Amino acid sequence: MSEPIISVEHLTKRYVIQHQTRGSYTALRDVITEKAKALFKKSDPAISSEEFLALNDVNFTVEAGDRVGMIGRNGAGKSTLLKILSRIVEPTKGRVVIDGRVASLLEVGTGFHPELTGRENIYLNGAILGMSRAEIASKFDEIVAFSEVENFLDTPVKRYSSGMYTRLAFAVAAHLESEILIVDEVLAVGDAAFQRKCLGKMESVASEGRTVLFVSHQMDAVQRLCNKGILLDKGTVVATGAMRDVVETYLQLNTQSASTFQIELPKGFRSEGAVAEWLSIEDEQGRPTNELPFGSPWQIRVRFQIDRPLENFIIAIGLVTLLDFPIRTTWSSLQTIAPGTYDAVFISDGIVLTSGQFKITLGLSVDLRNIHYIRDAGVLTVSDVATSNKDPRIISTGAGVIMNQMEVRVELIR
Amino acid sequence: MHEHRIILEPGSADKHYWRDLWKFRGLFGFLAWRDILVRYKQTTIGVAWSVIRPVLTLSVMAFLGWLFESKLPGDVPRLLLVGAATLPWTFFSTAFSEAANSLVANRNLLTKIYFPRLIVPASTVIVCLIDFLISFIILVLLMIFYQFAPDVKLLLLPFFLLLALVTAMGTGILIAALNVKYRDFRYIIPFIVQFGLYVSPVAFSSADIYESIRIPEALKLLYAMNPMVGVIDGFRWCILGGETALYIPGFLLSIGVSFFFLFIGIRYFRRTERGFADVI
Repeated sequence: MSEPIISVEHLTKRYVIQHQTRGSYTALRDVITEKAKALFKKSDPAISSEEFLALNDVNFTVEAGDRVGMIGRNGAGKSTLLKILSRIVEPTKGRVVIDGRVASLLEVGTGFHPELTGRENIYLNGAILGMSRAEIASKFDEIVAFSEVENFLDTPVKRYSSGMYTRLAFAVAAHLESEILIVDEVLAVGDAAFQRKCLGKMESVASEGRTVLFVSHQMDAVQRLCNKGILLDKGTVVATGAMRDVVETYLQLNTQSASTFQIELPKGFRSEGAVAEWLSIEDEQGRPTNELPFGSPWQIRVRFQIDRPLENFIIAIGLVTLLDFPIRTTWSSLQTIAPGTYDAVFISDGIVLTSGQFKITLGLSVDLRNIHYIRDAGVLTVSDVATSNKDPRIISTGAGVIMNQMEVRVELIR
Repeated sequence: MHEHRIILEPGSADKHYWRDLWKFRGLFGFLAWRDILVRYKQTTIGVAWSVIRPVLTLSVMAFLGWLFESKLPGDVPRLLLVGAATLPWTFFSTAFSEAANSLVANRNLLTKIYFPRLIVPASTVIVCLIDFLISFIILVLLMIFYQFAPDVKLLLLPFFLLLALVTAMGTGILIAALNVKYRDFRYIIPFIVQFGLYVSPVAFSSADIYESIRIPEALKLLYAMNPMVGVIDGFRWCILGGETALYIPGFLLSIGVSFFFLFIGIRYFRRTERGFADVI
């Protein structure tokens, strides 16, 4: 058996984070008084520090020539692991042995300077990534050809379109001579054609027998490119093995975990008859789901209390993008409601949302006046992995929020 | 087989440090080249700035020296005396403050790429050195104007330039490393530069201090501990020839302090360097 090219043993990375403890509700007055208090006190009791294990006893090995996909939710420790492997940060405990030169691309265009021309930036970026001047010169034409910016080589990159910029930056990094290539989610930028090109380049890198470590949230890209997978969750390795199996485990992990959002009442909140307690995201059978497969039906359940009889009662939810753009608002019909504990279930109709996250706003109102209104009450996550019984009219193009195809008639006029 | 083997452990970044520094020498040059190129492109008069700043400082300092009747050694013109001090001072002040701010300014590199971090402040000091060499033309013009011929001691100038480099580098990297964790230093840097100009022999000469009967010995000792005193006295001694005497004990003390700062700077930098990406 050959020796592994990368072996990671008991790797642990600890961060100390400082944060201010305060209620879920922040008033400007509180902020000002806290600041004022902090002026007079050296150590503010409201500031506490807490240890946080970004990686906790991580062990795995990578064989030479493997294409390893690293997956996991945000905050699972993927970036920290890549930063340790790239020698940017140092582990707190444990040991990593790497048998080869590492080229890491954690960000597209690190060290690019907007004032410099494309040509100058190729040399600068190459040097930053560890290439010698001779090495860059010998690869120069290849890099330029890959990036398709021949005509703009002597234009400052600040005048480049974002697509050109990304292509040039990826091209430099992709032509590094190294045994190991580490790539972090760089394909998230750029258009579809560029993404295909990058994936193609990475495939050819791997076919030369070089080792690739690839982090991505795009399950289709990971599955296409990688033969081995590593699943991280909360700083530990949850699964390793064939990529397909690891992706499966990842999706199961998501459906098992909680998907219920408790609603915290602000300080001094006084009930006016109706109070929401929690909401949960569920699949069509009513099973709580953390991440909804793209294109599948879903529902939102809201648990609320009514403590006195109310007339003209309405419960409503709104979906808002992460950029605070409202997409949709929907509500129950006006009704007279008796005291008790209720569930309101909002069932999705034909609208198919694009993969990504949507914030949920919740409102309980009487006579069209909100008596309990909660912004960002929960988050609905649509994964980029589609259900197996996929409607051919629903395609995840990534363009737009609503993914349903309209009925389109093409008519010959003359 | 194992020629490129890397072992990453807590504290392991130390082992091949100087070898890595050599391996990344190309980057060192490229960063300096980038800074020069960018400045040249962003400013209309580009390189002229490296002459204008010392000329203005020189004029004001010479005026102050004249106003306070600072002593002139022999028949050395005042502009030459002050010029020989303004150039190393300008070099030190820009190199020191640029180096001290360099890590924070290159934060995006530090958090995304591995390389020996010492390269960043070192390359900024090199850029300032190039500025210094350009600004040297001022002194040459003054010498031609006053028809002042330097003697053979001028050949020792590179040694004093090296001393200026050591001083700027040592203090610069120390503050740069501190600046990563304690951003308060951002406010201290301009203060050090401003304060330094008053306590270094730019407008006056060291003879004014050492030969004064009003200044207590303790203050003279404190004055000699300023590393820039050694650098500037050395520059004057080389350029202006036998007309200026070198006060040896003070000069040696000043050199000692320079190297002490370099030692402390490198030590502190190396100790904290591994954590830069975590805290910056």
